[in-house]
Amino acid sequence: MARSKWLYMRRRAYNVLMHAAAFLSALFGLVWLFWILAELLRKGIPAINWDFFTKLPAPPGTAGGGLANAIMGTLMITALATAIGVPAGVMAGTYLAEFGRKSVLAKTVRFVADVLVSAPSIVVGVFVYSIVVMPMHGFSGLAGSIALAIIMVPVVIRTTEEILLLVPDSLREAALALGAPYWRVVLQVCYRRALAGMTTGILLAVARVSGETAPLLFTSLNSPFWSPSITKPVATLNVTLFNYAMSPYDDWRSLAWGAALLITLGVLAATILARIVVGRIKI
Amino acid sequence: MQGPSDNIVEGGSSGRDGTSAVPPRALQRRRPSAWADPLFRYATAAFACLVLLLVAAMAAVLYERGQLSIRTFGLGFLWSSEWDPVRGLFGALPAMYGTVASSLIAIAIATPVALGVAIFLTEMAPQALARPVGLAIEMLAAIPSIIYGMWGLFVFAPFLANHVEPFLKKIGGSTPFFQGPPMGIGMLPAALILAVMILPFIASVMRDLFSLVPAMSKESAYGVGATTWEMVRSVVIPQTRTGIIGAIFLGLGRALGETMAVTFVIGNTHQISASLLAPGCTIASTLANEFSEAVSDMHVSSLIEMGFVLFLITTVILASAKILLWRIESRIRGR
Repeated sequence: MARSKWLYMRRRAYNVLMHAAAFLSALFGLVWLFWILAELLRKGIPAINWDFFTKLPAPPGTAGGGLANAIMGTLMITALATAIGVPAGVMAGTYLAEFGRKSVLAKTVRFVADVLVSAPSIVVGVFVYSIVVMPMHGFSGLAGSIALAIIMVPVVIRTTEEILLLVPDSLREAALALGAPYWRVVLQVCYRRALAGMTTGILLAVARVSGETAPLLFTSLNSPFWSPSITKPVATLNVTLFNYAMSPYDDWRSLAWGAALLITLGVLAATILARIVVGRIKI
Repeated sequence: MQGPSDNIVEGGSSGRDGTSAVPPRALQRRRPSAWADPLFRYATAAFACLVLLLVAAMAAVLYERGQLSIRTFGLGFLWSSEWDPVRGLFGALPAMYGTVASSLIAIAIATPVALGVAIFLTEMAPQALARPVGLAIEMLAAIPSIIYGMWGLFVFAPFLANHVEPFLKKIGGSTPFFQGPPMGIGMLPAALILAVMILPFIASVMRDLFSLVPAMSKESAYGVGATTWEMVRSVVIPQTRTGIIGAIFLGLGRALGETMAVTFVIGNTHQISASLLAPGCTIASTLANEFSEAVSDMHVSSLIEMGFVLFLITTVILASAKILLWRIESRIRGR
């Protein structure tokens, strides 16, 4: 009798122990999140002022100056990347959901896209350097956009497919039965039904690439000035942050914290917004 | 959301009651054009093929641009630890060692934690707690790599150097793993930050897997009197074992290619040291540091060859992860 009681106590103890371990694991994750966010706010807020958004970088040692050109550059490069990456991703995703489905090609594309989603972004940078920067004999904002677009495409493909597959087939059949050609069914029925979800997917992809630095290091490079054109090096917040954080100047480091705060808030806001939209979607 | 009929008969007259004489617009077209449908179909297929082409092109271009280094150093490139841009000697061993070592340590730390997080979220926490905590953990994945790096360099490294590493030296100073001054920069901080970065990816895959396990199996275990932990250990984990390995591979693939965070904190020194406190480098950090400043063709070519090696390794690992996850999903779903 005593022995079974002891066994029971031991099982209970194990269970409590494992509950505690699992709880601590979750706590472990939360601690890092809040630690990082707290430091970002503490060091980033003092750096953000009107000049931060409106002025060009000042030379080291000179107080003041801002990252207006880098903010503009990030917006420009991300917008161009979106313009290249999203249509390509949506088209490919449409193939997977509407036409390919279980074909060998569709399965292969799905697989490759899944691998590409997690592929190291720095390798994409090296690739774009080889195919765009070298032939054009110079770093350019365009190269940076292409690199980001390549990173964006697999994300958009997979979300587009997932969302389109949520549109019930009966809806497609109903439209087809009315005599609509398939392309109009896709454009006017499926896309329309899936619009909210697809927008969310695109938002997530944009959020993801707007935090990327590695592929920009040797494609769009950096520049202390306003960039006259996308065929020239373009300053971005991320690369500027990298250079400034590694510099020995306090002013620059402070600006880097400001940039870090701005990037993080932007990415987190987009991600949370996307989450909220996803939660509301009912197809 | 609109009802389905609003979507389909867009622009059609009020045909909903079936009495209208005018058919919907789709039907008004006399002859549906014969080319539009195939055109759309092949256009989408072309973009799908573009993805395959892209990956093939990446491998081919990296291989081709690395030719100079591949031909000069041959396989010795992978075994040489010489890295001297001035003398034109390049060997990838320190970077490969750093890449693999930092990732493996990160996996060793992140896996049990991710398992704990996934169990907590699926089996233990009440809904009201699981949702916000799960969201917060996923936010860890949304924080950009460079932010981890900057935070690691300016906040975490001093913390490690002042509070953690002296302690590690005190308890393990006689082993080769904790030699050298406690700088807060090196293999240990890189691996720790990597672990935090891959934690959300592993945890979210595990969580999805665990929630696939049929409630019937779980309830059976509870029915014979199992505690929560016994149920997890004897039902959830055995049923999802393949997938757990897949999740770990996924984390590994991400850790191997992680660039900015590692570049900030690993110290970027081409050396192999058993000490976790010593600086090192990874393939990705070397690329980030040296690529835009590399002058000689040989230097650029060697860096690209390293990129090629990294691409191959991560592709193989991520592909295996994907295959494992597919297998487990179809097995559980097929039941």
